[in-house]
Amino acid sequence: MTDTASNPPAARTAEDRARESELSTVGRFLKATELDIRMLGMVGALLVIWFGIHILSGGLFLTPRNLWNLSVQTSSVAIMATGMVLVIVMRNIDLSVGSVEGVIGMVMGVAQAEFLIRVMGFQLGSPWIWIIALAAGVALGLMIGALQGFIIAYLEVPAFIVTLGGLLIWRGMAWLMTSGRTVAPLDATFQLMGGGPRGSIGATASWIVGALACVAVAFMLLNGRSQRKRFKFPLRPVWAEIFLGVVACAAILGAVRIANSYPWPVGIVRRYAQQNGITIPEGGLFIAHGIAIPVLMAVTVGIVMTFITRRTRFGRYVFAIGGNPEAAELAGINTRWVTMKVFMIMGVLAAISAAIASARLNASTNALGTLDELLVIAAAVIGGTSLAGGSGTVLGAMLGALLMQSLQSGMVLLGIDSPLQSVVVGAVLVVAVWLDTVYRKRV
Amino acid sequence: MADTTAPTPLIDMRNISIAFGGIRAVDDASIVLFPGEVVALLGHNGAGKSTLIKILSGAYKRDAGQIFVDGEEASISNPRDAKKYGIETIYQTLALADNVDAAANLFLGRELMTGWRTLDDGAMEAEARKVMGRLNPRFQRFKEPVIKLSGGQRQSVAIARAILFNARILIMDEPTAALGPQETAQVGELVMQLKADGIGIFLISHDIHDVFELADRVCVMKNGQVVGTARTSDVTQDEVLGMIILGKCPPGAIPGPGALKIAA
Repeated sequence: MTDTASNPPAARTAEDRARESELSTVGRFLKATELDIRMLGMVGALLVIWFGIHILSGGLFLTPRNLWNLSVQTSSVAIMATGMVLVIVMRNIDLSVGSVEGVIGMVMGVAQAEFLIRVMGFQLGSPWIWIIALAAGVALGLMIGALQGFIIAYLEVPAFIVTLGGLLIWRGMAWLMTSGRTVAPLDATFQLMGGGPRGSIGATASWIVGALACVAVAFMLLNGRSQRKRFKFPLRPVWAEIFLGVVACAAILGAVRIANSYPWPVGIVRRYAQQNGITIPEGGLFIAHGIAIPVLMAVTVGIVMTFITRRTRFGRYVFAIGGNPEAAELAGINTRWVTMKVFMIMGVLAAISAAIASARLNASTNALGTLDELLVIAAAVIGGTSLAGGSGTVLGAMLGALLMQSLQSGMVLLGIDSPLQSVVVGAVLVVAVWLDTVYRKRV
Repeated sequence: MADTTAPTPLIDMRNISIAFGGIRAVDDASIVLFPGEVVALLGHNGAGKSTLIKILSGAYKRDAGQIFVDGEEASISNPRDAKKYGIETIYQTLALADNVDAAANLFLGRELMTGWRTLDDGAMEAEARKVMGRLNPRFQRFKEPVIKLSGGQRQSVAIARAILFNARILIMDEPTAALGPQETAQVGELVMQLKADGIGIFLISHDIHDVFELADRVCVMKNGQVVGTARTSDVTQDEVLGMIILGKCPPGAIPGPGALKIAA
């Protein structure tokens, strides 16, 4: 108390200044840019893996073609990982996402390939088919999530048990739908969600998306600055703001450039040229893929989920409940309803992933998404989500998904047998979480 | 309340009972609180003080009894209801979400929103800086999760949360349990300041020395029952200790249902 009164503001700032000058150059840089060290560590690990595999494979990994494929392969797990972050932050777990993905994929497949055409009499190729099939899948995901969430939140059965049951139930349901028969082919428009030459937006549109993203980055930095000014909070130095903006835009435009340097395969170009009456010039016709539609979907989901966790009341409650459930209850938060909503979101995300995975396969099989729950949980945890609850980020989980997928497809490129792949992925998961534990203790 | 000229009590809890699995944690307890008054609720650990007060703050649902706020019957069945009546609580455990920052804790459940229905973190932090500046001028760690704060800083966050929303009734459960002597004195000053503003305060403690100076009246509980209430000017600390330990009601106190019956 006497301390409080006798310590004038001037002395305090001098003290702060003294403390600041003790920081190293790196420390000052991190403080000025307010970058998260853990996130930087993840990006660093990702780059190490990328360059490592690139060198080991003799230059096969960091090619437009491989990176483009990597982005498509990551989408489905990355989308579910964003929801798993919320589930784990609330000290729950969802073991059923792979099976939910499977049963929803099956329902969407049966709907578009059989039910809507044979029973409802839609014409093959009608735009309603993919819309109704997708809507049915999303609605089913919402309902499955609501059911599991209700049992967890209101009937107080542990999430581990409910979703373990779900893992068996929904996988069984996926088989029962068609007695194990694979449903194919899927609607032509629906297939676009799986990527491929047709399922990409092309070079021009990709540049437009990239430019819009850069504008959005600039807007967010400016808006953040004006918000801080409004309340007279300390501002980031201007050079730090510009640095962040330039790095973000360079990353976005670099990704677009890579997507735009991956051309359509020759056979598809030839067919496309024939259909449109184009003569292929000497040396071949270069048509770029551009950003794949599933990747766009994943990025959109990532942005929406980040917005939900950071800027909405619901997101704030999810984190508060994860930090201290009793305190959240005493603050008047309806913790049960929030829990149920988190599982509903997880169900919807599983449905979106199911659409991407089955579209990519151009078939619905009862094995779709098998073991995905483990990849999704691993991605979230590698991305810094604490199983003790209360902390985690959407971006981290998506990076975690990318890291896992990079390892896996990298090992395929290196010709490593699949049993050994499992050994490596398992070991990486354990080591990553151990490193994170060490980091948390030190900070 | 036979004296009709007395002001209407801010809080009037009548014949409150609650049982947990056959154990009567609170048994037919009644207590009143007037505006600008500090009432200390004393008793051993497990005497039922915290339970009685958690009924008022909406954390527990009573089995029997009535609660009147400003003379009108209030229905309080969850923490949100209690806050609607201006009843704010500082819990013994502080009840902070450790993983989010001070501003998020201050506004937990009552977030300030922008016109776009998104969280207005800037406005919340600005308000937090204002109220924390009053309680703990040296506090600067607004960006850090509260788990990184010291015990005293966490306590000031919990107190700030209670006074931020113009509480009319403040419940402080062992408010100084985690504090050093300086901070305890600070809390004492705050109590006097809030009292001067006309806020009614319940202080809960198992240590009589903490609260005897601050309180206008004491209410002693034992085994879930009220032993008696007394003005602090009418009884000595030793007599209150006798109430706490033996349940013996001194002549200066009004005996309650839990008072030791002496065979007359």
